[in-house]
Amino acid sequence: MKFAIQVNEGPYQHQASDSAYHFTKAALEKGHEIFRVFFYHDGVGNSTRLTTPPQDDRNIVERWAALAEQYDLDMVVCVAAAQRRGIVDDGEAERNGKDATNIHPKFRISGLGQLIEAAIQSERLVVFGD
Amino acid sequence: MSELHTVNKSPFEKSSFDSCMAHVLEGSAVLLYEDGVYAATKGTAAAAKVAAAGGVKFYVLGPDLKARGLSEERLTDGVEVVDYAGFVDLAAEYGKVVSWV
Repeated sequence: MKFAIQVNEGPYQHQASDSAYHFTKAALEKGHEIFRVFFYHDGVGNSTRLTTPPQDDRNIVERWAALAEQYDLDMVVCVAAAQRRGIVDDGEAERNGKDATNIHPKFRISGLGQLIEAAIQSERLVVFGD
Repeated sequence: MSELHTVNKSPFEKSSFDSCMAHVLEGSAVLLYEDGVYAATKGTAAAAKVAAAGGVKFYVLGPDLKARGLSEERLTDGVEVVDYAGFVDLAAEYGKVVSWV
């Protein structure tokens, strides 16, 4: 079955990102397809490659990235939410005159249309938030 | 159409469980996870609502129960424990997922 996942909360503050990760991983391990993981609102915080948790803690960003690598996941970050919270890729840095980027290469910034498309194309949309 | 409702907040903290219970239809299911697992515990106001909901199945996410130090003996009768794979199965089994976030 085809699933779309929406993540509305950032890492480390809420359990939503952990729950979404474990659900997504379990679905993939059962042979389901994940059409897209869409990071919205504070969920965009899951995509910064600059995150550095203590060594004995889980690295939520790298954990998502490893899952994306293994299963070729499409992980999309909402552009408006990203701009507000300082999540930047090359295109956004250029467009908004920023001196740095911080997005992890396994994520991409795009618009809300990607969430709508995911909801239409998938048989189930599962939302994780606070 | 039957639905899987998910509740992730304690009924003693937020009203999402009550909202869910006001909308859930016979033949649907409720999965309690994260702090939502507290709604599955015996001897609470939430337990009475679970018991009174006829034709609705209740599930609780085992890892979240364990993370909060709650043993399965604390669960309201009829509540079934599932793992993440079971959560996925439920999402696939029911026609849609309604997330009460």
